Amino acid sequence: MNLLNELFEGAKVSWAAIRANKMRSVLTTLGVVIGIVTVTLMGTAIQGLDKAFLKSISAIGSDVLYIQKRSWFSDEPWWETRNRRNITIEQAEFVAKEATCAEALSIQASTFRTVKHGNRSATMVQIIGGTEQSAAVSSLPIKAGRFMSADEVHGARPVCVIGSDIAEKFFPNEPALGKRIKVENASYQVIGVTDKMGEFLGVLNLDHRIMIPISRLLTDLIRREDVTIEVKVKNMADIDEAVEELRFIMRRARGLAPGDKDDFAINRQDNFIKTFERVSATIASVGLFITGLALFVGGIGIMNIMFVSVAERTREIGIRKAVGAKKRAIMIQFLIESAVICLIGGVIALALAYPLTLLLRNWLPASMSLSIAFLALLVSAFTGMVSGFFPAYRAAGMDPVEALRWE
Amino acid sequence: MIVFDKIFKLYQMGSETIYALRDIDLHIERGEYVAIMGPSGSGKSTLMNLLGCLDTPTSGTLRLNGVNVGDLDDNELAEIRNHEIGFVFQTFNLLPRSNAFHNVELPLIYAGINTDERERIALEAIEQVGLLDRMYHKPNELSGGQRQRVAIARALVNKPSIILADEPTGNLDSRTGSEIMSLFDLLWERGNTIIVVTHEEEIARHSNRIIRLRDGRIAADEVINGATKSATPVAPDIQRK
Ligand SMILES: Nc1ncnc2c1ncn2[C@@H]1O[C@H](COP(=O)(O)OP(=O)(O)OP(=O)(O)O)[C@@H](O)[C@H]1O
Ligand SMILES: [Mg+2]
Repeated sequence: MNLLNELFEGAKVSWAAIRANKMRSVLTTLGVVIGIVTVTLMGTAIQGLDKAFLKSISAIGSDVLYIQKRSWFSDEPWWETRNRRNITIEQAEFVAKEATCAEALSIQASTFRTVKHGNRSATMVQIIGGTEQSAAVSSLPIKAGRFMSADEVHGARPVCVIGSDIAEKFFPNEPALGKRIKVENASYQVIGVTDKMGEFLGVLNLDHRIMIPISRLLTDLIRREDVTIEVKVKNMADIDEAVEELRFIMRRARGLAPGDKDDFAINRQDNFIKTFERVSATIASVGLFITGLALFVGGIGIMNIMFVSVAERTREIGIRKAVGAKKRAIMIQFLIESAVICLIGGVIALALAYPLTLLLRNWLPASMSLSIAFLALLVSAFTGMVSGFFPAYRAAGMDPVEALRWE
Repeated sequence: MIVFDKIFKLYQMGSETIYALRDIDLHIERGEYVAIMGPSGSGKSTLMNLLGCLDTPTSGTLRLNGVNVGDLDDNELAEIRNHEIGFVFQTFNLLPRSNAFHNVELPLIYAGINTDERERIALEAIEQVGLLDRMYHKPNELSGGQRQRVAIARALVNKPSIILADEPTGNLDSRTGSEIMSLFDLLWERGNTIIVVTHEEEIARHSNRIIRLRDGRIAADEVINGATKSATPVAPDIQRK
């Protein structure tokens, strides 16, 4: 009951004191405002980044291994990987034959070209050469028609499966199936259309592409034979063993002697996630540093103004003590005051940060979550308590006679 | 109820030691109406601060209702001030931003009394000093006499065993001063113990006992108005002084 009374009185007095010094209180919160705006924006941006990343990273299946010449994120210097031998179709077929860990395995290569249909054309379309298993490996959603068959791949048939953007662009009012699409001098018959897949990391539009048999791609469009072997593993739990098996098979396929280093890499989604986590941790720690600095400076400001407030109200403290306020009651009063000042800063900050997060939406799927708003308020109240501690302590320790003498 | 035993209060000012009080022995009983007089600097306020547990003596023992005040820590002293003491100051010492009602209920807040009960008790105290119609005014909207009434209501509100007043009429004109004094008389008649510091003989004559200080010592201690040392509360219908 006592504590409740003291809290209530503290809140009432603080509010009156803050209202009596509106301008001063608001100016004091500037540092806190900056700090809280930073936390909020950082938090929102990181959450948005996470969301965007996880959404688009799903295009790389977590259970798919990518055997390629280079590692996606390696520490190997470029001059060591520059002269590596290409991965050939023969090597890929050897892996396909030997690997026991594969549920599905496809051989892929790609390039960017202009694609035409009649007088329409699309530039920078990703042309992917694949095998009949590519659909299974990449979990391609087929909306209409079907995917390439093994016969079509082996026979290097001029067929293609097109992305949804291409289908919309070339065949807005008619079925795409059976139509022909031209890439350079060759023309391909559309046998399937994939469903909308979105973007990959904001740079690659997964719907702005067409898939053709790899055999066709290598004869029609690219001379340099360097393929990616994509292996969807049978059992996610055994993915590490799968990596080892594939490594062993690849070494044999490339005729490496026992002492030689691997001249290829086995990439996986995990690498992406780890790298991303590193990047976002860096962003977060920079953000945290700025936030910490702003809150520190803000906290000093609050402490300063609270010392002023305590000094100005020395007589009031004396009066309260004379009528029986204990140390705790005085302490609570000033802690609440500085917490409330900071909370006001927090609210101002949220009011500023909200439109800014809406602006962020142009780049990220960011939205200010309730938890971030709550965290921001918590942090500001905490800053208030911490910076108000010494002034409150001084107030609580005042000698009542001295305090009452104060003019 | 109040016992001073060889009380000294010293202040160290640089190399100089000021004896604000020296060797004070004093008994004050429940129900007494005491005036403390003496020239400026003689130690009256110092004595009152000790009585009010706002301060502790440098040496000697001070007992209040049998409790040795010297043994208490700050929080226990605060509790005694809250429950046993009502203090009235020359300069009123009201919270400037709070209205009369809030000023009066303040001791009850620190006593942990709930809102409804608080309102009832505070209104009772405000009624006793005749200020119900000014209860929502802030101190700067009240006259000096009214402010002192608020301060008296605040001093009363916790039903303390002692009411202390350090020159309560010092900032008031003589008419208002005597109104305030008749309020103290009334409180005394209702059974309160009252100790008043004053410069004016006329004010001091409201009491039953005058203690005169000089240079921190008790120079005289006389019973007046024929009251006995263990004054019993006088029935309210008896003519007021
Ligand atoms: N905090 C202090 N520091 C130093 N000296 C003090 C302090 N408080 C009181 N004194 C000294 O103690 C002595 C008694 O002071 P006190 O305030 O009790 O006098 P008083 O009788 O109330 O005087 P007045 O009638 O002017 O109010 C004075 O000499 C004063 O200077
Ligand atoms: Mg004095």
